[in-house]
Amino acid sequence: MDVYPQSILSVDGLSKSFRGLTALDQISLDVRRGEILGLMGPNGAGKSVFINVITGLYPADYGTVRFLGRDVSRLPSYALARLGIARTYQNIRLLRRMTVLENVLVAIKDHVNRPLRSLFIRNRSRFVRAATTLLEQFHLADKRDWLAGSLAYGEARRLEIARALAGKPSLLFLDEPAAGMNERETEELGDTIRASRKLLQAMVIVEHDVAMMRGLADRLVVMDAGHKIAEGKPGEVLAEPNVIEAYLGTDEADE
Amino acid sequence: MIQDYIVFVGVNIVLAWSVYVILLAGSLSFANGGFMAIGAYVSGVLTVKFGFPLVIAALISGIAAGLIGVLAGFPALRTRGIYLMLVTVGIAVSVKAVIESIDYVGGIQGFGGMVGTTPWHVVGLVGLVGGGLALLSRSPLQRILDAVREDELSAASLGINPIYVKLTCFGVGAFLAAVAGSFYAHYLIHVSPDQFGIVLSVFIVLYAVLGGTNNMWGPPIGAAIMTLTPEFVRGLEAWRPTAFGVIILCLLLIRPDGLLAFRIATTRTKAVAGSKPKQST
Repeated sequence: MDVYPQSILSVDGLSKSFRGLTALDQISLDVRRGEILGLMGPNGAGKSVFINVITGLYPADYGTVRFLGRDVSRLPSYALARLGIARTYQNIRLLRRMTVLENVLVAIKDHVNRPLRSLFIRNRSRFVRAATTLLEQFHLADKRDWLAGSLAYGEARRLEIARALAGKPSLLFLDEPAAGMNERETEELGDTIRASRKLLQAMVIVEHDVAMMRGLADRLVVMDAGHKIAEGKPGEVLAEPNVIEAYLGTDEADE
Repeated sequence: MIQDYIVFVGVNIVLAWSVYVILLAGSLSFANGGFMAIGAYVSGVLTVKFGFPLVIAALISGIAAGLIGVLAGFPALRTRGIYLMLVTVGIAVSVKAVIESIDYVGGIQGFGGMVGTTPWHVVGLVGLVGGGLALLSRSPLQRILDAVREDELSAASLGINPIYVKLTCFGVGAFLAAVAGSFYAHYLIHVSPDQFGIVLSVFIVLYAVLGGTNNMWGPPIGAAIMTLTPEFVRGLEAWRPTAFGVIILCLLLIRPDGLLAFRIATTRTKAVAGSKPKQST
């Protein structure tokens, strides 16, 4: 086996259907070390299902997922998180009645992996310092004692990404991070994502916003109705006729 | 008389905490009266029939209840919400039924001869459990429990195993209820199965919920008020259950989250941008 394989996640023939309705049909793709992979497609293309299956929310019907060379297809989500696959949710899932700082602290690996032992960990201020540094990068340090539920929308998005990074993952899935954001917030988010890039080995971003993806992603995969219809450099992929066809009339109509 | 108050209030405080510990991870348990019964009977048999010292017997009965709790809880905690509650009701009911059918421990007649609990045992237990919870309440583990209670899905995607966390809490809660039960039995000298009916479990949950379950101080306050109030309205003997019910209703109306509803953050930091944290968590 290659000790440093170029792809850190490789998905092979992943299929999933719900009551006979096919959500993912034989999806195969690789996430390469160091890249930001953009996953695009109109609503109902199966992008979110793809993330949910990879991160262990639903079991796949067929297909395998290998992470750093290891078969992780059947692992539950907490085990995947411990191995280094983090994610955010399309409809932000923060711990709303806990403070901003606590939201980040709770994700720290030393605590999460051995909950009972965390009772006896000394020198806890180093975790607070690490979490505060992370919050500073996300411009949330001044709100660290606020309840997470009281944050504005854009702040909540940033906090969710910060929290996902607190566990020092290798791979991060962002599920529609710009959903519901205005142009300025989207731009800030782009900066945040670019800044987080060096903290990770790779990122997969599911997004509608074509402009944002063009600017951020190194590679694009386009899905439609559970199929992968295109893959490659953003400029080339977005010019392909079948991609344009899949997008026109659907995305515009419901945005 | 004052001894009675100390022992009964203390036992009920630990029982309220036993429910609180399970609630920390978000599950509501109506099984704790059953775990208390297991504690009372197992430790009673150990001291009366085998001559064990009280504290050792109490610990063994606690471990037994904890194991039973984990075994019964494993399938239960995989279910959610109302079903989990029903399973815990089932545990309480079946513990009572099983005890009633075992002649070795006196069946319906009950089991007697347990002695040895002093108020100091109970005070010591309250102190130990309270100290443990105080340690917990400012630790990273508290945050993990809070996360599981707030949003299991979110917790799981941070690497927390919700089932393991909930099961551990269930086991610890069962352990605490059983230890409280053994001290209770060794103070009363004689116990019978009908003392451990489902109503007892409901009362234990009420202690915790009325006191407030967002911090460790709510349950003991709820337990103390609910244990002592009936004593003071005793003059109206016939009206006692009614008065009790009215008090519960008033509390629920005035303070639906319990008497002490606030949550204490696990970190103590100043809300100043970029300030160096003064206090570790």
